[in-house]
Amino acid sequence: MIRGGTRLPSGGRINRARSLSFTFEGRQLTGYEGDTLASALLANGLRLVGRSFKYHRPRGMLAAGVEEANGLLTLGIGAGLTPNVPATSTELCEGLTCQRQNGWPSVEFDLMSITGRLASLFEAGFYYKTFMGPRRGSWMFYERFIRRAAGLGSATHLPDHDRYETCNAFSDVLVIGSGPAGLAAARAAGRSGCRVTLVEQDFLLGGSLLRAPIQSPDEELRRSLEADVGTLPNVEILRRTTAIGIYDGLTAVLVERRDPLRPDPAKGEAREIVITLRTGAIVHAEGAIERPLIFGNNDLPGVMLASAVRTYLNRYALTLGNRILIATNNDSAWATAIDVAATGAHVTLADERSTANAPLHEAARRAGIEVCLSTHLVQARGGRTVRSAQLRIGDAATTRWIDCDLIAMSGGWSPTVHLTSHTGVRPVHDAGIGAMVPGPWPTGVIGAGAVLGTGSHGDLLSDGHTAGTTAARWAGALGDTGEPQGTHQNWTTGWAKAVQNRARAGSKAFVDFQNDVTTDDLALAHEEGYESLEHLKRYTTLGMGTDQGKTSNAAAAQLMAELRGIDPAVTGSTTYRPPYTPVSVGALAGRSIGEHFRPTRRTPMHDWHLANGATMIEAGPWLRPYFYAWAGASAASAYVPEMTMVRTGVGISDISSLGKIEVQGPDAAEFLDRIYVNNFASLPVGKARYGVMLNDDGIVLDDGTTARFSEFTYFMTTTTAQAGEVMSRLEFLLQTAWTDLRVQVLSVTDRWAGMSVAGPLSRQALTLALPGIDFSNDALPHMGICEHAIEGTLVRVLRLSFSGELAYEVYVPADRGIAIWETILEQAAPLGIRPYGLEALASLRIEKGHVAGLELDHRTTLEDLGLAKLASRKKAFVGRELKERAELKSPDRWSLVGLECLDGDARLRGGAILFSKEDAIQGHGRGYITSVTWSTVLKKTIALALYSGGLRHEGEEIVCAYPLRNEQVRARIVSPMFIDPSGERLHV
Amino acid sequence: MLRIPCPHCGLRDYTEFLYAGDASKQRPAHGSAEWRAWYEHVFLFDNPKGAHLEYWQHVQGCRQWLVLERDTSTNSVGRAWLARQGTGS
Repeated sequence: MIRGGTRLPSGGRINRARSLSFTFEGRQLTGYEGDTLASALLANGLRLVGRSFKYHRPRGMLAAGVEEANGLLTLGIGAGLTPNVPATSTELCEGLTCQRQNGWPSVEFDLMSITGRLASLFEAGFYYKTFMGPRRGSWMFYERFIRRAAGLGSATHLPDHDRYETCNAFSDVLVIGSGPAGLAAARAAGRSGCRVTLVEQDFLLGGSLLRAPIQSPDEELRRSLEADVGTLPNVEILRRTTAIGIYDGLTAVLVERRDPLRPDPAKGEAREIVITLRTGAIVHAEGAIERPLIFGNNDLPGVMLASAVRTYLNRYALTLGNRILIATNNDSAWATAIDVAATGAHVTLADERSTANAPLHEAARRAGIEVCLSTHLVQARGGRTVRSAQLRIGDAATTRWIDCDLIAMSGGWSPTVHLTSHTGVRPVHDAGIGAMVPGPWPTGVIGAGAVLGTGSHGDLLSDGHTAGTTAARWAGALGDTGEPQGTHQNWTTGWAKAVQNRARAGSKAFVDFQNDVTTDDLALAHEEGYESLEHLKRYTTLGMGTDQGKTSNAAAAQLMAELRGIDPAVTGSTTYRPPYTPVSVGALAGRSIGEHFRPTRRTPMHDWHLANGATMIEAGPWLRPYFYAWAGASAASAYVPEMTMVRTGVGISDISSLGKIEVQGPDAAEFLDRIYVNNFASLPVGKARYGVMLNDDGIVLDDGTTARFSEFTYFMTTTTAQAGEVMSRLEFLLQTAWTDLRVQVLSVTDRWAGMSVAGPLSRQALTLALPGIDFSNDALPHMGICEHAIEGTLVRVLRLSFSGELAYEVYVPADRGIAIWETILEQAAPLGIRPYGLEALASLRIEKGHVAGLELDHRTTLEDLGLAKLASRKKAFVGRELKERAELKSPDRWSLVGLECLDGDARLRGGAILFSKEDAIQGHGRGYITSVTWSTVLKKTIALALYSGGLRHEGEEIVCAYPLRNEQVRARIVSPMFIDPSGERLHV
Repeated sequence: MLRIPCPHCGLRDYTEFLYAGDASKQRPAHGSAEWRAWYEHVFLFDNPKGAHLEYWQHVQGCRQWLVLERDTSTNSVGRAWLARQGTGS
């Protein structure tokens, strides 16, 4: 095996007293506390960490942070498996299990690497070309091969047993990033006295300072800043926490990862926590990400970012090579060269620039580094690791090969502008560094440090201090923020302009490592017209994937600008969207899973239903009894006995979910007259009336009954589904247009338990159960209401019928719901009363031809539903004008009809498309079935439907087509009132 | 996360509110038989870039309908007041 790296006997920011064991592809390995998975694997000698996306080329670690493009592993096993996790930002913990991915049969010996020789299949736009182009036919042939060959890790199909949480938080100042600028900003803002949240995605604070040796002024600075911030009780430091998105209103979404703390789901400990933080000001101190150089075979294992090589050495005490080539176009990599030279390695430094920073040059010379100025790296060679490199000096035609086992490259730095642009601020091009920097700051937002590009003052502490103070002032904190205390220089002077080096001598030069996009792909995309960066991204997949182009976007913009011969400022950048780094879907869902997916509303009798054999069903947010075990084992069998009971005896059902609105005030009658199409001012005290309300556009909004309990007091019911919308609508009209009306509306849905007692024996049943109330037809006629106190319980009775039988709605305060419900069942037991569920309730109303939510679908008019006669001609009401639109008056509109099945036992189905007997069975037909049931009275399947022309076609035979099951059933159009059309049963 | 300054409840997330569009439009008087006025009120909306007055109801709070100033180009939020006070204040 090729040696990946070697751990030095001392040094680094690791805790050698605590070793951690972990499993890599079945092998037991050890690392130290403070390691990442990447550093632990390198310390164990691993160099080859994966195979590339398309070409299955061998790859090693590129970086040491979240920008990693190659080092993606599959963590965990079974239900806890997570694919495509960057090893470089995964904190090592005891018992971690991981494996490499995308190699077949293995990453070490990958037969799929033959795709590298079939590269033409995988050129830019290969999906589109095989799928859409003249080679379309070949897609069918290649698809299985391509799907197997291209891609990364595979997810598990098992349910996730981990627990995730979401939480809401507030602070005055949010500082993103804990490098020198971020720490200085947090310290200044903290000193002002306001609440500060400092987020750091790493498990250590310090940012770029963590790259420095542990005996260095940088490390002393890091410790003093951390100590200063740590002593401020009003600064909350969130480590292992990534700001993944910035949203309107100075809101940030943070994700805290707790995996290394080994959370136990059984104890309710969360693996990840999504924090929605509302803040008063934001300081962006995300720093910058180093860019690769572009040269031939720049993806070989052993070619890494210079900053990563320095991090592995100084933070993790790892040497990764003995003959090291540093290839750079800026100053920052010189620090890497000097540090690795101190380990005794042979170091060659190739800088593209013709002159060097004099102090750095002197330090390099003293360290024994071979410095080559004006020198370009042309290409690298090797197999599963880099073995040699070709250098060209100046413009000379001659080149020189050198042996090396590690290449540390630096193509300059790109500010981490992602979060700064999430709220729509486009980043702008900074010609000084050849990269994007944040656009104009919106109110309450400011940046500090390397994220500013050449906009940084160079002194990161002063930068951060100023930003932290400014943010605190915006947030209203006036306390003294002190002095920046010392300085820490940015490497601004050495920021490279752009990626220059593209000499490559026939080998592949990668721009995007994760998506296997090469300079050739960019040239091809340009040739084929995909010049805009957004098009380039879709066409080549450059900038997609788990890293979202963190190391590739700047180079791609530069290269495309050169191909087009335009200024890179014009090329711009693609749009940065949340999340900044990948987030578990489980974390976004939090606890909103299973029964907590959304809030559930339960009626006051819920527990009784469960204890007495009810199967519940969701009705909007409500859980309602669907059917009861006494009547059958399934809804399909139970609703028939339940219906029969109501038609022949008496039953009781829970209607507490109906919307209930108290309407009170001297102008309540006028108000109801305005919102209902029919007249309510004429409704006498002690009576109820069915009413329909329209939207302003003349379409039916809802129906229900409203009862008048006193001159100024009405009790309105709405459908379960529309309760919230109706309530908001009433409030809207009263608070905006009709502020002169003296009316109050109040939702009392949860205050009342409602139960319907229905059937020919319902009067006897209630007389037995509530003996204080006179239920005779004289005292309580159809649509009559009364209100009584029975043993201290207020009872409201409305004689209304949804089923078409004699029926009463009984309302009692919610806390008395079960007691009264049980009283009725017990006292009326001799009459055979039992509960019935939603399926029977809905079937009863279909037999009666009552419309419900399936017909009130926000598209139907009064005429469509056969309710036109309700509308008053004497008064104005909401929707009166626009219901007269010509199209709504067309005689061919789909309107309510009844259907009787003509094919014996065949089923009519909800949603079936209706055709006349002469029609070809195709297209949208002449209407559709809204509601279906088996009629216990008619002994056949009946339905309500909307049909073009409606009852003009009464008596005609039609075809109900259900293409999903290839069914065609004959039916006859009949009146929707299947039973008791004259309403005799209601007036007994 | 749009944050709305509710005059009763303080600064709240927009997810507690119901949105109901342009508040600067004048609803025709109740009973107005001017078909055209109703048509324009219900169906014709401007889509301005910049300053916008809009109705929001604090459904999960005080249930009051508010008028809110919002800039549609920046999504920045200005003042909010009770709708019953009118749209001109």
